Amino acid sequence: MTATGLKCKECGTDYPLEALFVCDQCFGPLEVAYDFSGIDAAEAKRKIQTGPDSIWRYSDFLPFDGRPADTLQPGLTPLIKADRLAEQLGIGEVFIKNDAANPTHSFKDRVVAVAVAKALELGFDTVACASTGNLANAVAAHAAAAGIDSYVFVPSDLEEQKLLATGVYGTELIGVNGTYDDVNRLCTELAQERGWAFVNVNIRPYYAEGSKTLAYETAEQLGWKLPDAIVSPIASGSLFTKIGRGFNEWLDLGLIEGELPAFHGAQAAGCGPVAKAFSDGHDVCRPVKPDTIAKSLAIGTPADGPYALELARETDGTISAVTDDEIRAGIRLLAETTGVFTETAGGVTTATLTKLADAGELGADDSVVVYITGEGLKTLDAVRDGFAMHEIEPTLESFAAGVETRQTTAV
Amino acid sequence: MSITVKIPAQLRGATGGEGAIEVDGSTVGEALDAVFEAHEGLRGRITENGDLRRFVNVYVAGEDIRFQDGLETSVPDGAELTILPAVAGG
Repeated sequence: MTATGLKCKECGTDYPLEALFVCDQCFGPLEVAYDFSGIDAAEAKRKIQTGPDSIWRYSDFLPFDGRPADTLQPGLTPLIKADRLAEQLGIGEVFIKNDAANPTHSFKDRVVAVAVAKALELGFDTVACASTGNLANAVAAHAAAAGIDSYVFVPSDLEEQKLLATGVYGTELIGVNGTYDDVNRLCTELAQERGWAFVNVNIRPYYAEGSKTLAYETAEQLGWKLPDAIVSPIASGSLFTKIGRGFNEWLDLGLIEGELPAFHGAQAAGCGPVAKAFSDGHDVCRPVKPDTIAKSLAIGTPADGPYALELARETDGTISAVTDDEIRAGIRLLAETTGVFTETAGGVTTATLTKLADAGELGADDSVVVYITGEGLKTLDAVRDGFAMHEIEPTLESFAAGVETRQTTAV
Repeated sequence: MSITVKIPAQLRGATGGEGAIEVDGSTVGEALDAVFEAHEGLRGRITENGDLRRFVNVYVAGEDIRFQDGLETSVPDGAELTILPAVAGG
């Protein structure tokens, strides 16, 4: 195994590879530390290319001995060249990393696959999570696939689609009357009291590593190359910073060459504490009470915010926020130019791409990868009333009168 | 005024295993100072240069003090003050 232990990101204190997540010296988050010195770049590439069509082709870069058993096999989602979107925005090349094409239709399958595999290895028989919805779907599904119990805690006002797509797997679904931040606080307390693997609390250092596979796939699918820029949503900031870590690991090992892309973070204006800190020049985030249709990004106290700010600044990137109307327009723009129907988080990301193009931050010389992290069918309210259906009788006359005449009139 | 301060599992090594401490104080800052007087080892783990460390969250009756007046937030008699590590999620 290349993983050597856990290390505090703040003060560097070392810990063993156990169910630990916070430094008892300074409260900083713990992260998996590796020794990749035994890895040869050419050999690693060959091994990856002959590996499974899932995140487990990168298992040498994850904290396991060999490849864990995992029937759902998330990852290796399509990287779509979005020429019409690029042309419309005046950007050289745009690639859509469509992570809705995962077993439970969001990037959370990557992190949960890693977390559940590690929980089983550490001897847990129950997994749990605090979730804004996508994580809930993934934890319930992966627990069902592994045959273990699960408890899923969500804000009780979550989109119905996300509740249904969680409960169906036979999990204990708990709707908490409060915001995600309330749910998160409750779960942090519960994690101390119950002997469960809370994937994003006490198993979080392993869980978060799953997001690195988005970086590895991007580089591999681009022919072992890096784009000039990436656009990724930011909720807690974990995904954003782990994409950076994945690229950095491969740059250090020589699997890819060049330098880190510009990292552009995308938030909703109704919950944009990291964007606010970025524009104010602060290195910590002031918490906010979320009020946005992008519920999967509605984390008002982003724990990885400081690291996201550092990464955006180091790479000459940006972190900005878009309104709910811009989010709805982003969903439509992506759907109409690429055929990819994303949830509100993807609307945030696409709207931010548009904004960066309008501001001249991205232009004709740039190649950009856009991370679409979730599925449009999970947030149907965001597109309701956006278009009209033609209702007709099953006759040629009715079609001609009801549809073709109106189209002519409209033109 | 009596306040119950709940100590997270990670810090109980510095309190001799105690998970809750009764102290007096009218603000979060005063209550924490009283905790530090009883358990000096906690001061440097929770605060840095007089402020909360950036990955430490403190709640009064479940409400994050950063939405209130920070260390100046008043604590009613009998209230519960909870210290927890900041944890990302999603």
